[in-house]
Amino acid sequence: MKKMKLSVLLAMFALVIGVLAACGGNAGGEETEGNTSGNSNSGGGEASETSIVVAGSSAMQPLVAAAAEQYKADNADADIQVQAGGSGAGLSQVQEGSIDIGNSDVFAEEKEGIDAGTLVDHQVAVVGMTAAINPKAGVDDLTKQQLIDIFTGKVTNWSEVGGEDQEITLVNRPDSSGTRDTFVKYALDGETPAEGITEDSSNTVKQIVADTDGAIGYLALSYFDDDTIVKAKIDGVEATNETIGSGDFPIWAYQHSYTNGEPEGLAKEFLDYMLSDEVQTTIVPEQGYVPMTDMKVERDAEGNITEK
Amino acid sequence: MNSRITDRIATGVFYTIAAIMVALLLYLFYFILSNGLPQVTWDFLTSPSSSYQAGGGIRDQLFNSLYILFITMVITVPLGVCGGIYMAEYAKPGKITNFIRTCIEMLASLPSIVVGLFGLLIFVNITGWGYTIIGGALALTIFNIPVMVRVTEDAIRSVPKEQKEASLALGITRWHTIKTVILPYAFPGILTGAILASGRVFGEAAALLYTAGLSTPTLDYGNWNPFAENSPLNIFRPAETLAVHIWSVNTQGLIPDVREVANGASAVLVIAVLVFNLLARWLGSVIHKKLTAGK
Amino acid sequence: MAKASVSPSAEERLILTKKNRRWDEVRGRSLVTICAVIMIAATIAVTVFLAQKGLQSFTVNNINPIAYLTSANWNPTGGENASFGIFPFIFGSLAVTFLSALIAAPLGIGAAIFMSEIAPKFGKKVLQPVIELLVGIPSVVYGFIGLVVLVPLLRDHFPGIGFSLFAGVIVLTVMILPTVTTIATDAMRSLPNSLRQGSLALGATRWQTIRKVLIPAALPSLLTAIVLGMARAFGEALAVQMVIGNTRDIPGSIFDTAGTLTTIVTLNIGHTTYGSIENNTLWSMGLILLIISFVFIFIVRYLSGRRKI
Repeated sequence: MKKMKLSVLLAMFALVIGVLAACGGNAGGEETEGNTSGNSNSGGGEASETSIVVAGSSAMQPLVAAAAEQYKADNADADIQVQAGGSGAGLSQVQEGSIDIGNSDVFAEEKEGIDAGTLVDHQVAVVGMTAAINPKAGVDDLTKQQLIDIFTGKVTNWSEVGGEDQEITLVNRPDSSGTRDTFVKYALDGETPAEGITEDSSNTVKQIVADTDGAIGYLALSYFDDDTIVKAKIDGVEATNETIGSGDFPIWAYQHSYTNGEPEGLAKEFLDYMLSDEVQTTIVPEQGYVPMTDMKVERDAEGNITEK
Repeated sequence: MNSRITDRIATGVFYTIAAIMVALLLYLFYFILSNGLPQVTWDFLTSPSSSYQAGGGIRDQLFNSLYILFITMVITVPLGVCGGIYMAEYAKPGKITNFIRTCIEMLASLPSIVVGLFGLLIFVNITGWGYTIIGGALALTIFNIPVMVRVTEDAIRSVPKEQKEASLALGITRWHTIKTVILPYAFPGILTGAILASGRVFGEAAALLYTAGLSTPTLDYGNWNPFAENSPLNIFRPAETLAVHIWSVNTQGLIPDVREVANGASAVLVIAVLVFNLLARWLGSVIHKKLTAGK
Repeated sequence: MAKASVSPSAEERLILTKKNRRWDEVRGRSLVTICAVIMIAATIAVTVFLAQKGLQSFTVNNINPIAYLTSANWNPTGGENASFGIFPFIFGSLAVTFLSALIAAPLGIGAAIFMSEIAPKFGKKVLQPVIELLVGIPSVVYGFIGLVVLVPLLRDHFPGIGFSLFAGVIVLTVMILPTVTTIATDAMRSLPNSLRQGSLALGATRWQTIRKVLIPAALPSLLTAIVLGMARAFGEALAVQMVIGNTRDIPGSIFDTAGTLTTIVTLNIGHTTYGSIENNTLWSMGLILLIISFVFIFIVRYLSGRRKI
């Protein structure tokens, strides 16, 4: 009985070591498999390849995961793992070949340390965003200049832009976030925002803007689904699928899925599926994105807009 | 006279502190449970989570939490207990022991995010595993071991000297004494420590964000082959735990019922820890009775 | 490995051959020694790998380490005029850590004394299970409660907008209380009873016994409890991130927003690409977190002298 105690202990220890060793071997096996799927030059991997890993932008994860679910419903043997981790991580990993598809909410060209030359861009949806204002501020329409003045700290009270007499509180995004990047580029014309509360989470930003008098932040359109926050018009233009599609509303960005080289096998089929009407007319608008089919203009990595 | 009054005052202060603690804890519990329990339905526990629709459950996250906890404990307990025995019984005062003690304290004080970063570097990138359960468990092991070591050591040190000396006096070797006298005696203490450590593992999010990941593949609960891709037992798959799930619905979820899911998940987490805790206590006392009962 | 043999009686144990006993002893000794070595290896591995990665911003990106640590200007995405100064975050981290330890230490140790000296029965039956349970509440839940309860409360009754250093301190205090209390309680309970009885027999009151005998005797362990609590506060990321505001200025008052090393790392690491300067500076922050937690440990070891081994 008493001796059992130690034997159990030792046995557990042995088990751990054994399991780890076994798994180490197994991991080796898995890795070679992973490499063949990750390596786009291996060729041939038509339908035999039933497993891909997608990772990257956290904002895109729900969209891609939902599409993957739906795809798997029709193709039972396809295994698509959708992970998050952030745009930067996604681009790094797809470049290294450790994942098959890397999601990013900015162009790869804009990320430092990524060689965009080898990556192939698949734009799967468009996200629009606009300023979110606390309702008590009494403002729902800002000119672009006012927006810039507010975010750069030139204007510190809502009364200066036709609202109530309230101090303005800025809610920012983290320095490297794609949402911030897009907002700074297309809403603030590249001006650096002044100091403010910084939150990564759209839900938290929404919460703060809704609760804090005089607060202003920026959010993707899908978060403007109730009246706790005001969806600001910019220069009188409201952000809708139509205004974004026509190029009238400037603050939007593509949601990119990058592959290392041209996609093949399941990765290709899945990306085609993402761009098919089946996804573009259901999941994409359901999650508050603008479908690619609505876009009458396109934008390149430098931000130049052209008519389609 | 004066000292007696001081004594009274001090006692009063201690009672107040205890009351503050209890009130604080009760409030937190009340808050978590009153907000969360209404959300916790059978359906909530058994349906998979949704990344964008209302009404998702936490089935996979709950399983992942328990599974990662299990794997972590399987690794941590033997290591921690042995380390504790070493520190309590074999370590001789001196430079090496001091160094080991410093190491233990360093590991114990590592910020969990640093452990997460280390895990990201080693178990995710260098090994090429990507986000895995085993990576998460190993990361958790890093700051779990010191807790187990400390607890084991304290438990062993609290064993009455007479017990140990009696055994040694009979000519029984030190190791044998440890096995037959000290460990059984220290067992309940060690178990309590393991529960404490479990609680931390169960609620840990920061270290797991970068090691076990933020997603779970579609799992087939009928598949118990630990090497299959879709088996819940596969330790080389990414796994979002309950705590990470609370964080991720709050940070990136598009679901309209974030508050409800977060509240429900928090309540489940607290209840799980509670159940686990009570179970282990009961087990501990049963085993203690068994082991210390005279032959 | 070990044979799961039936446990021999005491008599049989006595006549075990010497050789067998020696073997057993050697086996046991090496097993536990290996575990001790593993701990050393883990510490060294963490240190070496993080140092190697964390130093890249200085070796590869040629950032001046002095400027990095002392400049208060953090603007990693400024392109040409990007600047990397993390002093505000170091300040923020240390501020929340010390302030929360300041509140949690007396409360935690007080609760520990209550449980071991004043009302052991009640303590064991009620307080301890609850505290152990609280350790199980994940930090995100604390952050969540902080966000929905504490921040509005502070916003209504104090200057500022609710998100503040103070909010972070309160959340952390509550978070580290169980840690401090548990370890301190273990320390108080492991004191030999003879200490108490001796002191009380000499006519000391309970409080005198606690203050003059028990606390000094348990001091090294109590300090360890506080430091571990501090380390937890210092390293806590997600809960603090939700209530502190994550700004990059040095807070002017306790009701001002602030940022900490951990929150900046968690906010940004996923958005940056491996090997880029932005990413490397974050890893350097991880290294600094590591170094500062080591400093904590050294301070406490210096303070508490050597615990009796």
